[in-house]
Amino acid sequence: MEWETVIGLEIHVQLSTQTKIFSGASTAFGAEPNTQACAVDLALPGTLPVFNENAQRMAIMFGLAINAEIGKRAVFERKNYFYPDLPKGYQTTQLEKPVVGEGYVDITTDEGSRRVRIHHAHLEEDAGKSLHEDFHGMSGIDLNRAGTPLIEIVSEPDMRTSKEAAEYARKIHAIVTTLGICDGNMAEGSMRCDCNVSIRPKGQEEYGTRTELKNINSFRFIERAIDTEVARQIDLIEDGGKVVQETRLYDPDRNETRSMRSKEDANDYRYFPCPDLLPVVVDDDYVEAIRATLPELPDARRERFISEYNLSDYDAGVLSAYRPQADYYEAVVAASKDAKLAANWVMGELAKNLNANDTDIKQSPVSAEQLGGLLKRIKDNTISGNIAKKVFEHMWSDGGTADEIIEAKGLKQVTDTGAIEKVIDEVIANSTPQVEQYKAAEPDKRGKMIGFFMGQVMKATGGKANPGAVTGLLKKKLDALCD
Amino acid sequence: MHTKSLTELAADLASGAVSSTELTQAYLDRIAALDSRYNSFITTTPEIALAQAKAADEARAAGQAGAYTGLPIAHKDLFCTEGVRTSCGSKMLDNFESPYDATVVAKFKAAGAVMLGKTNMDEFAMGSSNESSFYGASRNPWDTDRVPGGSSGGSAAAVAARLTPAATGSDTGGSIRQPAALCGITGIKPTYGRVSRYGMVAYASSLDQGGPMAQSAEDCALMLNVMAGFDKMDSTSSQRDIEDYSAKLNESISGLRIGVPKEYMSDDLDPQIAERVQAGIKELEKLGASVREISLPRTRMSIPAYYIIAPAEASSNLSRFDGVRYGHRCENPEDLMDLYTRTRKEGFGAEVKRRIMVGTYALCAGYYDAYYNKAQQIRRLIQQDFLAAFNEVDLILGPTTPHPAFKIGAKNNDPVSMYMEDIFTLSLNLAGLPGMSVPCGTVEGLPVGMQLIGNYFDEARLLNVAHQFQQVTDWHKQTPAGI
Repeated sequence: MEWETVIGLEIHVQLSTQTKIFSGASTAFGAEPNTQACAVDLALPGTLPVFNENAQRMAIMFGLAINAEIGKRAVFERKNYFYPDLPKGYQTTQLEKPVVGEGYVDITTDEGSRRVRIHHAHLEEDAGKSLHEDFHGMSGIDLNRAGTPLIEIVSEPDMRTSKEAAEYARKIHAIVTTLGICDGNMAEGSMRCDCNVSIRPKGQEEYGTRTELKNINSFRFIERAIDTEVARQIDLIEDGGKVVQETRLYDPDRNETRSMRSKEDANDYRYFPCPDLLPVVVDDDYVEAIRATLPELPDARRERFISEYNLSDYDAGVLSAYRPQADYYEAVVAASKDAKLAANWVMGELAKNLNANDTDIKQSPVSAEQLGGLLKRIKDNTISGNIAKKVFEHMWSDGGTADEIIEAKGLKQVTDTGAIEKVIDEVIANSTPQVEQYKAAEPDKRGKMIGFFMGQVMKATGGKANPGAVTGLLKKKLDALCD
Repeated sequence: MHTKSLTELAADLASGAVSSTELTQAYLDRIAALDSRYNSFITTTPEIALAQAKAADEARAAGQAGAYTGLPIAHKDLFCTEGVRTSCGSKMLDNFESPYDATVVAKFKAAGAVMLGKTNMDEFAMGSSNESSFYGASRNPWDTDRVPGGSSGGSAAAVAARLTPAATGSDTGGSIRQPAALCGITGIKPTYGRVSRYGMVAYASSLDQGGPMAQSAEDCALMLNVMAGFDKMDSTSSQRDIEDYSAKLNESISGLRIGVPKEYMSDDLDPQIAERVQAGIKELEKLGASVREISLPRTRMSIPAYYIIAPAEASSNLSRFDGVRYGHRCENPEDLMDLYTRTRKEGFGAEVKRRIMVGTYALCAGYYDAYYNKAQQIRRLIQQDFLAAFNEVDLILGPTTPHPAFKIGAKNNDPVSMYMEDIFTLSLNLAGLPGMSVPCGTVEGLPVGMQLIGNYFDEARLLNVAHQFQQVTDWHKQTPAGI
């Protein structure tokens, strides 16, 4: 039987406010456990929440970016359950009246384009963390994260493949980082995905029973977790079994999903409006003032990259997805005046080095101005592309401008025809067997054979000879031998 | 000296007739000598009191004394006090020392007040008799076999026994007014939001309100001047400007329109109480007020509505007492569930458990609409009743309680009968209106209170009317035998 996959995502995005959603404690990541938890975060008796309006502003920015209705009157509710890293015994969240209503994003994969509808996005507080290692059989609680503002973005079940799910998540990531409302650091949990996955026979309208895959923190794992879970569901059904509605955990090490808890174990969260917080009322002026502050969004920027810089869809998509990268790219373009070359270098050499060193582009040791300066020297034939890679390596490790490095290392390209001719003559003189082969070859096969001589010339000049000039001269001299 | 009112003591301090240190020592001595009879204090703080008294005397000598400088205060034991146990009358918090001051406590400190100690109360403010206190019931100074009322029973008993000239209380369904009535003192529950709830351990957040308890309206005004005002730490506190609550005390009440709800003066009311209230009304008429009958038809619905809303909020508010971070924790828990269940089983008393269970039930999926939502609808209707009445009258008047103080143990096995004690007081909390209890006579040697109900933020008018009444009566000056 042919199966269709149905996927909906719930994405938790940590908002990059300075302080927590209901207290004045810092939200900075990585501090010593419990040093960033104040009386409110610890849920000491008598403490009360005070809503951080910055979180509201950021949530509305997101709503505007996904073309959503903005809730005129958002209401915080309490979601009651006991857990040690949930200090109050309830999570303050939004249910009936979220800050962001229905919206959508458009995604493109090599399978085509799709509009993913977003049911709503709501504001809520993050919980703390339970630490189960190194406590001699007990569990530790770190409440630094407790009270960090989140928006939970709930999609409709509109995705049909794991690739679409990952692309949707990338799109959300691109939007929130472009808006500057999230640092986008998935390894630190700044964005976490729950995937609701079900399958149904192709053509059937009715949804199958879904499972929820919890807390997936990379795009690659979204794809793998869904593929794994879909395979499991298909095997299960084709063996005559039934999918059980449950929460499952994806284990990337084993590439398998396993059951966490079934629906029967589910809490009755006893939601009710939080009496400590007033409804958050916003008017049109407030929303419009926020709209006026929105930066260029990834979709618009991608379109502009295509029209303004003549980039391919693919290049434009990659470069516009992450705002710091898009900003960097545009700065390189400004410095080098060559959009295509800039795209190749930002997506190629720079990205390769950033990945290898696990470095965000914001911390790139090579600045956009440095890279732009380097590309200028490629363009004006001061150096070749290969030499440029060497210059880039020096820049990466020791800093400096392209001109300084080229000068210091003597990497300037040799364009003096006389000097190049001299080297070519030496190479031809020392390569008798290859020259004989060249002469013996059919004229239309000779072009490919030039590579050997080219390599010898470059070797002899330390790569500094201008490749165009070398090719021309080589051809002329070798063909002269053939006559 | 101990029989003097707060206002008189303020004058004595100002004139130098007595120092704060002398005054404080006198009250500390009285508490030490007599409180074994009344059990009105859970904790006394003589060192703090004497240090604050010394500081107050120094401030006065330096010409920096304010209206409250050097005057004693006792705080109900649900106001968090830095470095001093804040028990809430519960085993759960028997070992809890707050690391911070409630806003009300901080305001009294800043005003130069002297804290004598923390007063007894029903556990987590749940009760109308003080009998649910983990520390044993406080006793009514007018008859120590009888209850002082609750939940601010310790504060009322301490003021009635002249162990302190003033005490803070909190009122969720009558917890200031009912014990004030039963102990023959004056107490005011301000409009919801007038006094900050920050640091006041929550029972039912949408109903809780702190307020003054003292001998007279004049004294309450002096206290309210310290307590009232917007607090950015409490989102539900009102940003409306505060008044000088002492300024209008002496204004004439001629022309005042008073409404007496027929539902309050029904045949069910103890005729002796009805008679004392009628006598009070006569006095006000003599002062120029006009009196008419009004109707608050939903009065009886306030009890079921209250006993859904308050327990529902309480069930959530008390979830934080889980043995994880502070307060009672059971010995050697086997696992997480054992930690939760045994900690809460051991830490909470019967009435608290009853209300947590009722509230949890009322919020459960499937019952929410039938209970919580319905109760909220009733709440709005009750508010509408009051608002309609205030179109016709300036002030509403009736009894505070249906009976004088009952015997300790008399209602222990009949919680519904206990709940009925609050029939006249609950509806104000549901509507958020201010109300006060003023002594208006005795029945068989036990004090009876008259309740004045004002429109929103009409505390100054309530205090003015009560003060004028107290200029022509002396019920508030009467003390139990032997005081």
